[in-house]
Amino acid sequence: MAHGPAEGITRWLYTTNHKDIGTLYLWFSFAMFLTGGFFAMVIRAELFQPGVQLVQPEFFIQMTTMHGLVMVFGAIMPAFVGLANWMIPMMIGAPDMALPRMNNLSFWILPFAFAILISTLFMEGGGPNFGWTFYAPLSTTYAPDSVNYFIFAVHIMGASSIMGSINIIATVMNMRAPGMTYMKMPLFVWTWLITAFLLVAVMPVLAGAVTMMLMDINFGTSFFNAAGGGDPVLFQHVFWFFGHPEVYIIILPAFGVVSQIIPTFSRKPLFGYSSMVYATAAIAFLSFVVWAHHMFTVGMPIAGELYFMYATMLIAVPTGVKVFNWITTMYRGAITYETPMLFCIAFVILFTFGGFTGLMLSVAAADIQYHDTYFVVAHFHYVMVAGAVFSGTAAVYYWLPKWCGRMYDETMGKVQFWLAFIAFNITFMPQHFLGLAGMPRRYADYGLQFADWNMVSSVGAFLYGGAQILFLYNVVRTIMYGEPVKEAKVWEGAEGLEWLVPTPAPYHTFIRPPVVTSSAAGEDEWSISGATPHVAFKAAPGAG
Amino acid sequence: MLKRALALFLSCLSLMGTTSLGADGDDPSMGGGLTNLNMPKGVTEVSQVAYDVHMLMMWICTAIGVVVFGFMFYVMYAHRKSRGVEAANFHEHLGVEIAWTVVPALILIFMAIPATSALLKVYDTENADLDIKVTGYQWKWQYEHLGEGIKYMSEMRTSIDEIEGREPKGEHYLREVNQPLVIPVNKKVRFLITGNDVIHSWWVPDFGVKRDAVPGLFTAAWARVEEPGLYVGECTELCGKGHPFMPIVVEVKEEDDYNLWLAGKKEEAALYASTIGKQWSHEELMSKGEDVYKISCAGCHQADGNGISGIFPALNGSSIVQGPADGHIAVLINGIAGSSMQSFADQLSEVDIAAVIHYKRNTWDNSVGDIVQPIDVLNFKTAQ
Repeated sequence: MAHGPAEGITRWLYTTNHKDIGTLYLWFSFAMFLTGGFFAMVIRAELFQPGVQLVQPEFFIQMTTMHGLVMVFGAIMPAFVGLANWMIPMMIGAPDMALPRMNNLSFWILPFAFAILISTLFMEGGGPNFGWTFYAPLSTTYAPDSVNYFIFAVHIMGASSIMGSINIIATVMNMRAPGMTYMKMPLFVWTWLITAFLLVAVMPVLAGAVTMMLMDINFGTSFFNAAGGGDPVLFQHVFWFFGHPEVYIIILPAFGVVSQIIPTFSRKPLFGYSSMVYATAAIAFLSFVVWAHHMFTVGMPIAGELYFMYATMLIAVPTGVKVFNWITTMYRGAITYETPMLFCIAFVILFTFGGFTGLMLSVAAADIQYHDTYFVVAHFHYVMVAGAVFSGTAAVYYWLPKWCGRMYDETMGKVQFWLAFIAFNITFMPQHFLGLAGMPRRYADYGLQFADWNMVSSVGAFLYGGAQILFLYNVVRTIMYGEPVKEAKVWEGAEGLEWLVPTPAPYHTFIRPPVVTSSAAGEDEWSISGATPHVAFKAAPGAG
Repeated sequence: MLKRALALFLSCLSLMGTTSLGADGDDPSMGGGLTNLNMPKGVTEVSQVAYDVHMLMMWICTAIGVVVFGFMFYVMYAHRKSRGVEAANFHEHLGVEIAWTVVPALILIFMAIPATSALLKVYDTENADLDIKVTGYQWKWQYEHLGEGIKYMSEMRTSIDEIEGREPKGEHYLREVNQPLVIPVNKKVRFLITGNDVIHSWWVPDFGVKRDAVPGLFTAAWARVEEPGLYVGECTELCGKGHPFMPIVVEVKEEDDYNLWLAGKKEEAALYASTIGKQWSHEELMSKGEDVYKISCAGCHQADGNGISGIFPALNGSSIVQGPADGHIAVLINGIAGSSMQSFADQLSEVDIAAVIHYKRNTWDNSVGDIVQPIDVLNFKTAQ
């Protein structure tokens, strides 16, 4: 190799290496995951029993707000950006990301954004207390002074996301190895390419929303102030025009991860590659035109309400296509159940379950009863946690041997999986019942009729928190003491260029692009130049 | 506490087993039990259609789930490598792919029909027999019987001592108010819902009514209740720290009882109007003022009048409180624009405003010594 990493702390501060930056993103997001998880533990501890015991209602809503913001912007999004940084160049045969210095910048502004955001909790008047959706005028006229810091933090996060996604778009469009056509790219690359476009499109909308808030608070405008001729509902339209695509920004890369892992452990190619690509694109398109289904009780005209209901129901079609594809990929495969596969199967089951409740929520007349209750909380934790977090966990177990050259302990991985799976369901399944029975979300205290299921849910949450500590232990133990892995292709059934480079992946990979030749059977065979091809990467189905 | 956790654990086990679902199911004092799983059917046409479409969707989803997951579990069992199977190598099948796009689309169309007719029912707010204006405040509701000249505030009655565990929690913990909304049975009641400060949301599950209370906007919902009784609901849009503490209670009366109640309310209002000119004594004002303060002011400015530094200013030693009476009245009548200090002109009566002002000026370290009378407040209002 030409040269390795710099020594000491400057390696991490000045790095322009996609693997280093990916590592930074992943560790940062895990730190945020534990922080947001700690906030969740405070919430569930307070809700363990009716009454106000541990924290005052004012602090409680600061906790719900920060839990949401930190998990969405600090944990899940950076986790997938970290995976993208590590894997996209290795999957398309590129030496690095297209814009490595911007890559460094887009990571290093993030810790500052979250330092600012979390510091508001210690400010006079407390941190943001208006929910992660920060509806005006609660977040403007009635907000604590720290809201200005919140706005600044959101701006920085937005800038980071936009730079990150521009980088991904530039990399995928310009740096694919010769022969790596669009329709041969691994699904993870495809889902990230589409996600990156979503990010570039909607992050400025979020920036616009918080800027209007800033003007309302400090410069006397009345965008969202009814007394000044503004409209609080405008805020919700602008926010959800960002917020709904944001949901897919979180879940599409998760789809990509699952589409990599299920074929590997089924030892069979993905069933419908091109239909998966088209379904992803369809979901991304639909995500722009369904935003007001978050606002079914705001008093929209019935025509609007009907339109948003129909459009939302339509999302079930491409999402169904994805689920059917994953299951058909497993059909007649030779399945083994390593930890990454277990997480992916749990993903398919629980995400589909969250999809069912999503379909129920799309029916506006029933949504009147569901809206802003724990039913909604349960729904989006099924798609966010069992969706995004499970697939992120699967990805770490799947690629960790490639990253560090050591194998995790399979037993410990399985223990973590079962603990997480069971605890997750104990936590969130009862929340469906709570919501249907009438418990609204963001309640610091509740009537006695909700006490039992809340207690069950809290117990589950503490267990789920414990499962994450086990995850941390497993990863650290693997990096330090794991069984060394030598094979380039760590998993028997794995396909893709990342399994062509040595294990652990050297600091620089694909300095010269891989070479593709056509085998006698008409399949593409990729090799690193000069070396004998030891991995045949079959042409992606439908290519050509 | 521990005992209840243990009982809970045992009933969890029984839920998983084949024994009947916990016997404590319907006893709310036991914590609701674990059998409280579904949406209530409610007592109006709208809640009924919402329930029906909810159940329909749930059963369709369950059926799809059984088929899809059933197939998946079969695959997971039958096509394990440990059973020695060879992986096939097929992919893509146009027919299958068209089928699993078209069939779900058809199911969706089938779902959309009842969903549409249910929504039309929700929106059918025309031809109401009476109108109630509902206004959300931080953190209470105001109800106005339009055309009758009757309006009143409805605030939670559960005490802070119950909430913070210094007293045992009552049977109706967080579900009790000083004055429920009263409506007649079998009449089409239209609710016109708005917000005064931030956005709230008025939800009565048994009516199938949930509408956001947005400042500057009226939203409409309706209910024709078929059963007299007490119905409880909640605020469902985050509105600040008092969000869980602004319950909704609706008392549905037989028509005759309702008319009787309405007449009584009108009489009360007339009586009040006739006594507004009365001169109140220092003691009367102090005792009434303390009550009003606890309910309407202490939430922000705190019981000791010292506020919360950085959010809610202290009243103890405040220059407004110790300054001229008119300045103090102005703050309560008009609020302070751009802050969370709202106008109390429509929330409190002149007597309440006078009493609470008098109280604040003469308690803690404040000792202004003057007397603010209800008539002063009325004069201030009319002069504006």
